Amino acid sequence: MTRAPSDTAPDAAPDAAPDTAPDTDSRLRALLAPTIATRGDLREVVLIPLLAVFLALVIGALIMMATSVAPATILKSFVAMADGSLGSMNAISETLTASIPLVMAGLGIGLAFRAGLFNIGAEGQMVVGGLATAIAAFSFTGLPMILHLPLALLIGMSVGAVYAAIAGVLRATTGAHEVISTIMLNLISFRLLDYLLRQPYIQKEGRADPISRAVLETAELPRLLTFLDPNLRLHLGLFIMLAAVAIVWWLLFRSKLGFAFRISGENPGAARYAGIRAGLTVVLAMAIAGALAGLAGATQVSGVLGRATPGFTAGIGFDAIAVALLGRSHPVGILLAGLLFGALEAGGRQMQVDAGVSIDMISIIQALIIIFVAAPLLIKRLFPPLFRNRVTAGGGHE
Amino acid sequence: MNSQTTAAAPRAIDWRASITGGALILLALVIAFLLDSPWDSVSTFKISRPRDVWVVGHLTLPSQWFTTIAAVVLAFLGTRLFLKGGGRWTTLSLAVALVILAMAFLVWATAGKSISLTGMLQATVVRAVPIALAALGGILCERVGVINIAIEGMLLAGAFAGALFGSLMGGWAGIICAMLIGGVFGLLLAVLVITYRVDQIIAGVVINLFVLGLTSYVSSQVFAEFRWLNKATPFRAFKIPVLGDIPLVGPVLFNQNLFVYGALILVTLSTYYLFHTRFGLRARAVGEHPRAADTLGIDVIKTRYAHVIAAGMVAGFGGAWFTLGSVGRFDENMTFGRGFIGLAAMIFGRWHPLGALAAALIFGFADSLQQKLSILNTPIPSEFLSMAPYIATIVVVAGLVGQARPPAAIGKPYVKD
Repeated sequence: MTRAPSDTAPDAAPDAAPDTAPDTDSRLRALLAPTIATRGDLREVVLIPLLAVFLALVIGALIMMATSVAPATILKSFVAMADGSLGSMNAISETLTASIPLVMAGLGIGLAFRAGLFNIGAEGQMVVGGLATAIAAFSFTGLPMILHLPLALLIGMSVGAVYAAIAGVLRATTGAHEVISTIMLNLISFRLLDYLLRQPYIQKEGRADPISRAVLETAELPRLLTFLDPNLRLHLGLFIMLAAVAIVWWLLFRSKLGFAFRISGENPGAARYAGIRAGLTVVLAMAIAGALAGLAGATQVSGVLGRATPGFTAGIGFDAIAVALLGRSHPVGILLAGLLFGALEAGGRQMQVDAGVSIDMISIIQALIIIFVAAPLLIKRLFPPLFRNRVTAGGGHE
Repeated sequence: MNSQTTAAAPRAIDWRASITGGALILLALVIAFLLDSPWDSVSTFKISRPRDVWVVGHLTLPSQWFTTIAAVVLAFLGTRLFLKGGGRWTTLSLAVALVILAMAFLVWATAGKSISLTGMLQATVVRAVPIALAALGGILCERVGVINIAIEGMLLAGAFAGALFGSLMGGWAGIICAMLIGGVFGLLLAVLVITYRVDQIIAGVVINLFVLGLTSYVSSQVFAEFRWLNKATPFRAFKIPVLGDIPLVGPVLFNQNLFVYGALILVTLSTYYLFHTRFGLRARAVGEHPRAADTLGIDVIKTRYAHVIAAGMVAGFGGAWFTLGSVGRFDENMTFGRGFIGLAAMIFGRWHPLGALAAALIFGFADSLQQKLSILNTPIPSEFLSMAPYIATIVVVAGLVGQARPPAAIGKPYVKD
């Protein structure tokens, strides 16, 4: 197993082989065509996710049956899921509230994806970002809301960005794979949270359990629908989320930096050929991804929870990976996927209350959706009539 | 293009060596300035218990002298890496540095007190088992060119199956079912990445999410109500006659439970298989150059399927350790990233089972060290101690990737022309 290390440096991408380099014209043309979601095969873009959701729900029902849930209860749980996600004003508010952090963290993961990076660390970036926002939100007293709220959110964003950039720097300088380093950073962030929540300055006065002081009113994201019903939790983060979708879309598809991200992701060899600095791109992509995840944690703290507690991110950072995959790393796709997952989340809570089926069922359904979306060939094989002419004509992008 | 890559390579190595070197120097400073104990204090390590067949005296070390020397050695290794670059000494320097670091902490924490060295090493071996088995699963996959991020999920599935079937049908059936369930997830990974050519990392991550969801669902839906389904009898340690009476080595290696012996046997077997049999050679060929292997008549697809499924079974066995090898009860997400630490051990061990075992022992030592340190009442908060294995993983991965060469065809689906 000893061979010259020259052809093994991790940043020397396999497709940078000399025989593919000279044909720059066709290579550039290939780069300009967006490869992750092409406009041409609209049927695939729409049908595959729909079929994936359908199949996942069917298998979810089978798993419920296998764990001896009565058929009537299964039916009831699906009704509860629909009711809890869309059935009332409160349900819609809950769906939207749940989708806010999912979309924002998903945007970060999708953006990193476009740059060829797999950021599994969104959960940890949410933890540090949310915690930083919580600290900023109770530390600065006497500021007007117009200053305090943006300041608290910005601090959360920056801390998330710095935390993610650690993995980016390690990748750029040493080649350490970001999947392993971000997972380790996740685990480290959980311990760090447990530790910091017990520190006298952060811990709520008079409490022995790890819980932070409450966010001041001037740093709370205002609720949007209190004029209808004071219990509706939907908050201003909704607009921050929509703005983030627009900004990430612009960044990816209209800015120079986004172009650099996309080339580096699709063809690292061509990126180097075009004079793009690979290391800097990696660090920036990770930092922006971390900023978005940090913002997701920040809005969760200042809009929903009002304080930081152990495990306050509740796995949203991991669900966001699924959101980014389902949305095919396109900002609009991520928005739609985030809304779907938000609906599943809100519906799942209702399901647990009404039918007594554990909310963990939702994570199974989410994972199944992604398995099917990631394996389009599998879906095509299961439903051949729907794809017949497309498969023979284009051959897809397989 | 080619000249560019060769020109870029040495620069990348310099970076890595300087960062690792810098980290080691920093750690040396930490040891020198923070780990203070009086010059006359002594750390006592007990080796034998009074009732052992052969009794060996205690090992005593002067605490402050030891930490000072450790700091000097670490500083030397760090400076060397920083100034001269790593080259082929990086792995060794890093391993030595991590061991010295752990020992320095241990000696400092026991200054003026005493601790059972045998017990500590015993815990090290026990805690290395799931990491070594995860690494072994990773090796079996990656040697045939399949990245296996799903190891974590396979461990979790094994832990779950071990608890469930162990409670229903007894320990042995639990182990067999854990291996079968691990194999099923290996098969799922194989179908996704080999037949349907899903991106290997995505497939792995999704399997992890799926297993986490499934096991959490069943444990909150079923185990919460029927507690007897989650109450397996764990395997007890059994002593191998004569060998088990050797001081220090005996209790550490020959008085353990089934999982420790199983892991040692599996590591030996797979080393022999991969490097000394015809089939192992073929498997490695598939991971290095599948097209050439195919030309020579090796069935690439079948080889990959077989190894990924086998890796799932090994990981399933490793997962059963969490339940049948310790407490007998399954808890949600109880593997806590051990599968990923196993992947780091695989890299540290250069895709070789014996190397991975050695790496797993270092992680196991860090793991048992943090447990011992929290008992010894050190001023370091326990949360930071429990971060140690994770930080070590990052240091190892950052310090060694690129040094250690993965199989060449890794991550790429094979499409026959």
